[in-house]
Amino acid sequence: MRKNTEKAWDVLRELTDPELPFLTLNDLGVIRDIKIKKDNFIVTIAPTYIGCPALSVIEDNITGELKKVGINALIEKSFSPPWSSDWISENGRKKMEEFGISPPLLKDRRNLGDATSKKVRCPQCTSFETEKVSEFGSTACKSLYRCLACKEPFDHFKCV
Amino acid sequence: MRKKMTDMVFEGLLRLADDNLILGHRTSEWCGHAPTLEEDLALPNIALDLIGHAQALYILACELNPKYANEDALAFLRLEHEYKNVLLVEQENGHFGNTVLRLFYFSTFMKYFWEALKEQCCFEKLKKFSEKAVLETSYHSQYSSQWVITLGDGTEESNRKMSDAIINLEPFVGELFSEDNFTRESFQKDFFPELGLICEKWKAEVQSVFTKANLDLPNITLKKRGGRNGEHTEVFGYLLSDLQYMQRTFPNSSW
Repeated sequence: MRKNTEKAWDVLRELTDPELPFLTLNDLGVIRDIKIKKDNFIVTIAPTYIGCPALSVIEDNITGELKKVGINALIEKSFSPPWSSDWISENGRKKMEEFGISPPLLKDRRNLGDATSKKVRCPQCTSFETEKVSEFGSTACKSLYRCLACKEPFDHFKCV
Repeated sequence: MRKKMTDMVFEGLLRLADDNLILGHRTSEWCGHAPTLEEDLALPNIALDLIGHAQALYILACELNPKYANEDALAFLRLEHEYKNVLLVEQENGHFGNTVLRLFYFSTFMKYFWEALKEQCCFEKLKKFSEKAVLETSYHSQYSSQWVITLGDGTEESNRKMSDAIINLEPFVGELFSEDNFTRESFQKDFFPELGLICEKWKAEVQSVFTKANLDLPNITLKKRGGRNGEHTEVFGYLLSDLQYMQRTFPNSSW
């Protein structure tokens, strides 16, 4: 049984997010736990947003991939503690920026007095001279920004 | 859970879910019609959050009541008098200012409601859910408050339209805070928070936003009610025929 949870982690570690296909669910911190309870194999996920339309695809992908290696899994959603953008890995943040999405600010950095630490950096030209255009971007997890230096619009992953 | 307790929790989940579903549906009507592209992204995103909250709550409710097979049966297959949402959320959108004002009223109410549930709720699953929901609802309250200020403190015309929206929505606000047997019992049993306290916090926040927006806070008294008992306004029937069309036409269809 223990071997099975290791096998499941090996499979799920590589699984990508349907809306951010350059990121793995593991990079996003969405997969919280894999365990065996009574005779059930349970994967616990923390949804980034409750109504995220990618959620059902994520669930199907997880159960589908595990079925391929002979594991019948159940998905449990966990809302407590709520998913936090701080759970996105360092590697995930880097990849986000490479793909033109400004990664979320870390919560402890947001609370610092230093003004630059609160500012959103343009993923194109790295300027901090940016402004928010809208609280909502192309998906629930992103807001829309504009760079005042290079004039490019870009998505900023919300900090939650 | 004892039967009486189960009935109470089921009723509470329905009230919350129906409010969120119906406002989510109304908000989604803006898709493709909002005044700017940014708002055309924002409003459907908010609708998605609201409907997502409703779905999660219906799932919890189904677990308690075998009469309903799944969340779709609760969302799409009940009759008009079985919906428990307040009248405020079913009213037509009106203009953009009216829409964001209603969103501001409702999301500010829900924000304090989730916050209270997060601190205290005898139904553990709802308590945990509130931790997540409060974050999203606060964001809606923040977004809509910005628009209330921008439009209220904008031109003479936008201020007039916001003042009209306040008058238009005023009869429906009191129901959010109105007490009945269910609210009293659910407060006693530590299931739902005291509405009087939520009302105080709500008024303080609305007042502070209205001050910045050059708008006057109306008297919040109970004028129209009925939604919690399934007595709805005429517009609700039309809303349901739209909302339920797919499930009625293609029974048991799913994504």
